Amino acid sequence: MTARERVAGNVANYVDERTGAAAWIKKNLNKVFPDHWSFMLGEIALYSFIILLLSGTFLTFWFDPSMKEVTYEGSYLPLKDVEMSAAYASTLHISFDVRGGLLMRQIHHWAALIFMAAIVVHLLRVFFTGAFRKPREFNWLLGIGLLTLGIVEGFLGYSLPDDLLSGTGIRIAEAIIQALPVVGSYLSFFAFGGAFPGEVFIPRIYTVHILLLPGIFLALITVHLMLVWYQKHTQYPGPGRTEKNVVGYPLMPVYMAKAGGFFFIVFGVTAFLGAVASINPIWLYGPYTPGQISAGSQPDWYMGWLDGLVRMAPPLETHAFGHTISWNILIPGLIIPGILFTGMALYPFIESWITGDKREHHLLDRPRNVPNRTALGAMSLTFMIVSLINGGNDIIATHFDLTINQIMWFTRFGLIILPPLAFVITKRICLSLQRADRELVLHGRETGRLVMLPHGEFVEVHEPLSAEKKWTLTQHEQPAAIELVQTDKGGVLNPKGIRAKLQARFSAANAEVVAKPTPDEVKQLEGGHH
Amino acid sequence: MANDLTPLSDPGLPKHVHRKADHDPKAEKRAEQQVAILFALSAVGTILFIYSYIFIKTDLFVFLPLLGNTNAHQLGLGMGLTIALLGIGFGAVHWAKTLMSDTEVIAERHEFRSSDEDRSEFVKTVKERSAEAGLGRRSLIKRTLGISVGLVGLSPILLLRDLGPLPKKQLEETSWRTGTRLVTDPGDRPIKASDLEVGAVAQVLPELRMGQKRTLEDIGKDAVLLIRLRPEEFQLDAERKSWTHEGIIAFSKICSHMGCAVALYEQQTKHLLCPCHQSTFDVTRAAKVIFGPAARPLPQLAITVDAQGYLIAQQPFNESVGPSYWERSS
Repeated sequence: MTARERVAGNVANYVDERTGAAAWIKKNLNKVFPDHWSFMLGEIALYSFIILLLSGTFLTFWFDPSMKEVTYEGSYLPLKDVEMSAAYASTLHISFDVRGGLLMRQIHHWAALIFMAAIVVHLLRVFFTGAFRKPREFNWLLGIGLLTLGIVEGFLGYSLPDDLLSGTGIRIAEAIIQALPVVGSYLSFFAFGGAFPGEVFIPRIYTVHILLLPGIFLALITVHLMLVWYQKHTQYPGPGRTEKNVVGYPLMPVYMAKAGGFFFIVFGVTAFLGAVASINPIWLYGPYTPGQISAGSQPDWYMGWLDGLVRMAPPLETHAFGHTISWNILIPGLIIPGILFTGMALYPFIESWITGDKREHHLLDRPRNVPNRTALGAMSLTFMIVSLINGGNDIIATHFDLTINQIMWFTRFGLIILPPLAFVITKRICLSLQRADRELVLHGRETGRLVMLPHGEFVEVHEPLSAEKKWTLTQHEQPAAIELVQTDKGGVLNPKGIRAKLQARFSAANAEVVAKPTPDEVKQLEGGHH
Repeated sequence: MANDLTPLSDPGLPKHVHRKADHDPKAEKRAEQQVAILFALSAVGTILFIYSYIFIKTDLFVFLPLLGNTNAHQLGLGMGLTIALLGIGFGAVHWAKTLMSDTEVIAERHEFRSSDEDRSEFVKTVKERSAEAGLGRRSLIKRTLGISVGLVGLSPILLLRDLGPLPKKQLEETSWRTGTRLVTDPGDRPIKASDLEVGAVAQVLPELRMGQKRTLEDIGKDAVLLIRLRPEEFQLDAERKSWTHEGIIAFSKICSHMGCAVALYEQQTKHLLCPCHQSTFDVTRAAKVIFGPAARPLPQLAITVDAQGYLIAQQPFNESVGPSYWERSS
């Protein structure tokens, strides 16, 4: 036994005698993780969060979350002797006078954008593959919570430097608070410590941004990961993969090396962006004052769809009995996002109610095999994209030589027309892909090789699929419609009549599929040559 | 529920295909070297990082293709860090992919549901223990506990009360009074009508009284835009016309939609545009909304001149400026 082994053995013994960790660790070193590129999306979100914690901690050492007025004396000459808040001045200090400060600021901001993008793409992966189904509904809800908090956290973060752009964003947030019926102006005065902008909002959102929300994030992410660990990862269908097993690589060493290495790759890419791609150059915007603004004011991308909805809202306000309700703010700013996020959170429960499926699922769906869900996802995505386009209408107008009015009217109608259109088109595409799968299984792959038969006929040679591939394409279940039970035995209308009808209607729509090949069909074709 | 007609049978895990490095010692050696090179590259990146931190001046700029004029200190630090991190990352992944076992293993899953015994045992225990504690019987205790926990829960909300003052009349009032002079922003100089050419725009604020300091809260309500047109270009009723002076018209600069500064004035069309949400106001028709989400015109400030010919406010704003709120009456 070498000296090193002896030391390691002693340490391990010391820890195990006090915790009994060896048995647990031994078991979990063999923990199996399935391998697929789309399982890295959630990892990117996790690693970006760690990068945010590291770079954010660095920034707090110099950032001064105060709105006290100071005169800038730093090394950025265009703003010399300008009056500004201590928050803005210290952000300039980090950018120009702290070595590595600008790099860290840019890494922090890029990591935030990547964090939100990774969460959204990860969510789409989970949605389109049906990974949210029983037993993973809790993790879906945790994910929606993380997404929502991420939007808030990001917004508060880019509001901290107190520059002209971020102050404008805060002004808009204040207007949304103020628009709340009955309590709006009170809440706004409480939040801002008086009239807007006041002198307290930077220190207040600082506490929320660096302490409260990261703490909640840490707790939610921990539970999210513990559930993934405990419930074991889902896997894509394929030969040897069933609802009862999980096929992949063991935690030690392969998964550790891959996941650990991937953390460094994500960090490296973020560092590269921070090094070469300027982001949020606050020194160009100047300090915030409510009387000024710059053209082309844009929020970060994950707020863009909200801004786009607000921009396209019709000018509706109700004045009655001495009170005002701003529908032009409440509907796009609170009601529509509220409905969207609630619907998203409830989706796993709605789907299981429609399908009547209460079983556990660990094999993922291929999106084409669940056309309605896939179409619904495409529909929601289209809604978001149309809103996002309108959020950048001023930028699009100047770049593509259009008028803002054209874009606004396009998106106003587009928001209503395009999502249903996306639903129909996506559903058709899914059914076509099912048909293509069926063809593949029955007739094999087109090789592109033309052969002349003895009697002069030309045929294309089809290569039969491997048994593995055939299995992958046909292993899924095809849903059947739920029988409509409208009346009970005595012929009396079922009290759940309307709900049952709705359920039957939805599940009938779900049952609309291209029938996969039956064993007989496969056998028949395997008999004949073609 | 679903038809289980699975047409084909599961052929099971495909046969494992070995990689080159698994049986060819040369390939194995090569892979090992590649991993080592990547790790060594990482060390070079860290050296670049340290060098940039210590030796490259923070104000040194270099011209680079694609990037243009770039701060060398920041770029050196960033690229050093990039290489240091990517070297470790790619090295580890390459190691895993070429040299570590790529045999897939199978683990069994188990249903999460507890056994029926465990479940009934659980229900029984909970029932017994709550009966022991008398949770079902002692309703007096339950009710008082409920009330007191609820009250304790309310106290933090009370503590938040001092976050800010009540709004009172603050949302309705600005610093503009009858006779307040309009002064330039920046500069704080009073203005005469002759200072503004036809077609010109200026941002103004109310003149400060002796010893008064202007806060951002003041600017957020008081900022006003002056625009001078030819008097015949206006389409205003008699009252609004009397609020202008020699073709000079004054509007609150704070958007009636969400409070952004309405800063874009288009001279040709005489439209004011808010850059936040593109609400567009027609200056010739008392800032009527002609496009966008704003529901109300920008409030107009009635102006005239004093004895010395300086522009002054005839009266305070006759409505609240800025975004709407519940208590707003019009």
